[in-house]
Amino acid sequence: MSSKQITVALVGNPNTGKSTLFNALTGLRQKVGNYPGVTVARKSGRCDCGDGLKVELVDLPGLYSLAAASPDEQVVTDVLLGSLEGSQQPDAIVVVLDVTNLLRNLFLASQLAELNLPLALVLNQADIAHEQGLKIDTQLLSQRLGGVPVVLTSAWKGEGIASVRRAIAEVLNKKTKMTKLIWPSQVESALGTIVQAIQADTGQAPSSADAQRILFSSNAHTSDRLGWSQPQRELIVRQARDQVRSAGYNPMAAEPLIHYAHLRKILEGVIAGGTGKQGNAAALDRVLLHRVIGPILFTGIMLGLFASVFWLAKFPMQWIQSGVDFLKAIIAPALVSTPMLQSLVTDGIIAGVGAFLVFLPQILILFLFIGILEDSGYMARAAFIMDRLFSWCGLNGKSFVPLLSGFACAIPGLLSTRTIEDPKARLATAFAVPFMSCSARFPVYALMCAAFIGPLYGPGWESVVMVGMHCVGLLFAVPTAFVLTRFVLKVKPQPFVLELPRYQMPKPSDVLWRMWQNAAEFVSKAGTVIFAMTIVIWALCYFPRDAQMADRIKAAEPTLSEHEIQSRTQAAMIEQSWMGRFGKAVQPVFDPCGFDWKITVGVLASFPAREVIVSTLGVTYSIGKGAEADSQNLRTAMQEAKWMDGPRKSTPIFSLAAVLALMVFFALCSQCGPTIATLAQETGGWKWAAISFFYMTILAWVMAVVVYQSVIRLI
Amino acid sequence: MTPLSQLLPGQFGKLVSLNPDQAVDQRLMALGLLPGMALKLVRRAPLGDPVAIEFGGQVVSLRLAEAESLIVDVAADCPVQRPKNTP
Repeated sequence: MSSKQITVALVGNPNTGKSTLFNALTGLRQKVGNYPGVTVARKSGRCDCGDGLKVELVDLPGLYSLAAASPDEQVVTDVLLGSLEGSQQPDAIVVVLDVTNLLRNLFLASQLAELNLPLALVLNQADIAHEQGLKIDTQLLSQRLGGVPVVLTSAWKGEGIASVRRAIAEVLNKKTKMTKLIWPSQVESALGTIVQAIQADTGQAPSSADAQRILFSSNAHTSDRLGWSQPQRELIVRQARDQVRSAGYNPMAAEPLIHYAHLRKILEGVIAGGTGKQGNAAALDRVLLHRVIGPILFTGIMLGLFASVFWLAKFPMQWIQSGVDFLKAIIAPALVSTPMLQSLVTDGIIAGVGAFLVFLPQILILFLFIGILEDSGYMARAAFIMDRLFSWCGLNGKSFVPLLSGFACAIPGLLSTRTIEDPKARLATAFAVPFMSCSARFPVYALMCAAFIGPLYGPGWESVVMVGMHCVGLLFAVPTAFVLTRFVLKVKPQPFVLELPRYQMPKPSDVLWRMWQNAAEFVSKAGTVIFAMTIVIWALCYFPRDAQMADRIKAAEPTLSEHEIQSRTQAAMIEQSWMGRFGKAVQPVFDPCGFDWKITVGVLASFPAREVIVSTLGVTYSIGKGAEADSQNLRTAMQEAKWMDGPRKSTPIFSLAAVLALMVFFALCSQCGPTIATLAQETGGWKWAAISFFYMTILAWVMAVVVYQSVIRLI
Repeated sequence: MTPLSQLLPGQFGKLVSLNPDQAVDQRLMALGLLPGMALKLVRRAPLGDPVAIEFGGQVVSLRLAEAESLIVDVAADCPVQRPKNTP
């Protein structure tokens, strides 16, 4: 079925309004996925081109050149050549160009012409060209380019969409191809040298486009794909490049030089008028990028973003939580006769759905902000302002928003790393985000500080410790990113060349649509993993079950109240569950951090979600379920807890050393199932998720030991 | 002949040479920054780096450390108005 479907690729420079056009052409009939093996999003949708012609329109990542230097560029090149596994070569290409910067935009189109596919040009942002007084002779341009359809549109205003549909139909019908440039004869023969050598080696002649990539691009992506054998290709390419040099061109500069010279001639007489005015960008930049005002405005905008993700999201999160609790409360009585099923449904299934739904408010709010910041053109300025702070450790200015969001929650922070184009900086940022002290760590610090630091050392030290704990993660994240980008990741970093585009009013439908797509992708990918994890952890804490536990506790101490029996039973149940047994078994591992088995069970049970430690401690300290960070009973129980045996017998378990060690452990440990699932989603596999998990957990353990052992020796 | 990094904000120059073997320069060439092209250093970021340069009707941010190889001629007769879109 899919082999008969007609596909058309939408290609263009960034900031051309390509996505707006894509949304306008496909409406809401879109699919979002990933290309196999790479973390490049694949967006496609059905486009109705009239007369019953329906095509699959594929929105390819925005790019400036087919040089295949970045993963995005490689994917686009591979898709257009039909060489990517699981995707067929498109039947036609629609190139979206910013009509106000036609020369630069035509460079990509001119490279695309070399692919020999039917092609149409959409000159977008006609409204802005009109404001600037630019007049474009589309007929002349079409004529000079071999009769390919050339249409003027303003996708933002929804103007000219119908003519794009007609152009797609026309190009599929007439198969018009864009006129290719004529290479200087030496370059032509250099390309011929490469074609012949590959044909001799692999038995198949490569396309001229492939030969150009091998001749002009500095990486071996194309040669590898064609299976050209290693030893001879270096020599052949060097010979071919020498031929280019003999024509007076530096081989690495020949492609843009020849294309641009060709395009300057093509454009002669096509564009008229134009004041040369940049419009709003220069004036707004004078304020937004001002030495003093710029950073102040930046701080204000980012504080607003953070406050929204951190604070505003709390309300819908509470609604989701109450919804989940409400659902539990009405379903639990119906299943009271089957306690196992009751627990599975309420603590497993409903809690599992709640576990990923609760992230949606933060994701939606953050992507609302990101959509506005990106589409308005401010995101590039934010990166420009912040880049210096991040460049030295291998990240870049675009790492700021993900890291800042990480202080609210790692999940939206990780999802927002997709705004970073450079794959190396993207991965390093994603690796650093879970170190940021997220809001789920707060209850742990709050409990420990209120129960121990405050009463013992006063509120002053309490706040010092609170602030300090929020910095611990950052302290380790920065060197981690530095080492990762400098010594571990062998990928070549992408140069940080960033267009500062024209400012523009974000189109609300585009922003909302992107928000929705990101949330939907999170639910379908990471959400299912989070759900499964919740069920597994539920089972580990539930089984095996001793039905007579309550009776035995009652028999041993008949004076206990009903509530006390219930709390004691819960404590006993968790103690003899798989989780409890495992906690007791591995307690020796955590002994050097000063954790007893109850803390160890709490630590283990909170691997899926770190905030669980508070309620787990509530259960193990027999306070009953539902303990909160500010519950007085839990604080008292913990303050009174003493070691039962061993060398520390009858000294408090929660000594200053143990309290600090526990907080440092929570600051650094990878205790968040959703983070791991999202990291896997965003890095395209479990490898980096696993590395992050083990790295953070081992680091947390080591630092907890260091803190505990040094504090007990100092005090 | 001046390295780009020594241009003052607001100063114009004509690109004399770049290093086509470097990734940054390849990216800039794809954007149309070719020898002979007029450019302007629009501003520096508040922390001094990166810088914003304008050429061919567009503004692009680049790190000075990555753009070491860009050599410009500030004495050349440059159009003082903004470079136009027309070729």
